[in-house]
Amino acid sequence: MTWDWRLGGVLLGAVFFAAVLLVKPIGVSTQFVILDAIVADVVTPDFITRTADGYTSTNAYMAKSNGKYAGNAANPLNYSFIFVLAMAAGALVSTLLKGGIGQQERRLPAVWRANFGDTPWKHYAVAFAGGFVVLYGARLAGGCTSGHMMSGMMQTSLSGYIFALGAFLAAVPTALFMYRED
Amino acid sequence: MTLVLAIAIGAAFGFVLDRIGATNPNVIIGMLTLRRLNLMKTILLAIGTGSILMFGGQLLGLVDVGHMSVKAAYAGVFIGGLLLGVGWAAAGYCPGTAIGAAATGRRGALIYVVGGLFGAAAYMATYPMWKASGLLDDIAGGKVTLGAVPGSAYEGIWTVQGDLLGIALGAVFVAVAFALPQRLTGDATGRLPAE
Repeated sequence: MTWDWRLGGVLLGAVFFAAVLLVKPIGVSTQFVILDAIVADVVTPDFITRTADGYTSTNAYMAKSNGKYAGNAANPLNYSFIFVLAMAAGALVSTLLKGGIGQQERRLPAVWRANFGDTPWKHYAVAFAGGFVVLYGARLAGGCTSGHMMSGMMQTSLSGYIFALGAFLAAVPTALFMYRED
Repeated sequence: MTLVLAIAIGAAFGFVLDRIGATNPNVIIGMLTLRRLNLMKTILLAIGTGSILMFGGQLLGLVDVGHMSVKAAYAGVFIGGLLLGVGWAAAGYCPGTAIGAAATGRRGALIYVVGGLFGAAAYMATYPMWKASGLLDDIAGGKVTLGAVPGSAYEGIWTVQGDLLGIALGAVFVAVAFALPQRLTGDATGRLPAE
């Protein structure tokens, strides 16, 4: 089932190394912005527009860095976006090969049930709010656990250490406060 | 070719994330409550392994230094890290593991991803405010590494050779991974919740 931490750590490190060897460091959270922009451009066709030398957007965040994000959203078949889709497929294959996770666990994780009983809608509300805060924070920080913490600290970048400090400083007290039961 | 690499490396990443338990919120919360530190040991070992391989490869001339991509340091990195930490612990997912977990059928993870899309959109809408606040302005040189990595586009904050420092720090991460106990708090049974 779950690998021994030594095997898992070496293989996870090997994947991060392979990414930087062959292409570039792994990152995920930018692709939430790219998917948002793809949707926004369908709803509001002028959201992303072509310029003489690339793309720009009516949104200042999309237009920054010479429209890099705008260009990626205009061409979704790019490395980083496909990477994230493939990541989902990889996790699915792994789970299917170990026989899937149970119906009950898919509905509500055991740790939630131990602390808050059979309250799936509360869990879903917390999950929605959690996702909202995490992606807002990740975009403010310029990366998430993959891009800042893993890829960043692996490259000895100062920003990775600053990010990891902030993340654990908030995460550990929050977890201890919310999840008193194991 | 890049798309083939995207599929191969992406799928490997998702597979490994699932096999180390990172797509399981019980494991994430077990780590963040300091009850089960297996995943922490895995992460530390991974950072150390990645660092040693990358900087070792650079020293031997086998790894292109130009593939490094260092993000800028600014006050918002810390504030964003705090926000991410709260949601990470409350929900039990970070952005990548939630996408993986949603694919494995966890409903909460799917809802988390939808919340994440709204959160990212909210940041897109409020970005000018952050930009104007000055909290996105570079500190300590912005895109910097701890040591100066030979041949890289980034400055080092210390005058040590960055690739050697990277290997040394990588070794520290590996050593801490091995030294860290499996658990710091909670009962001593070390049981894992059912998956």
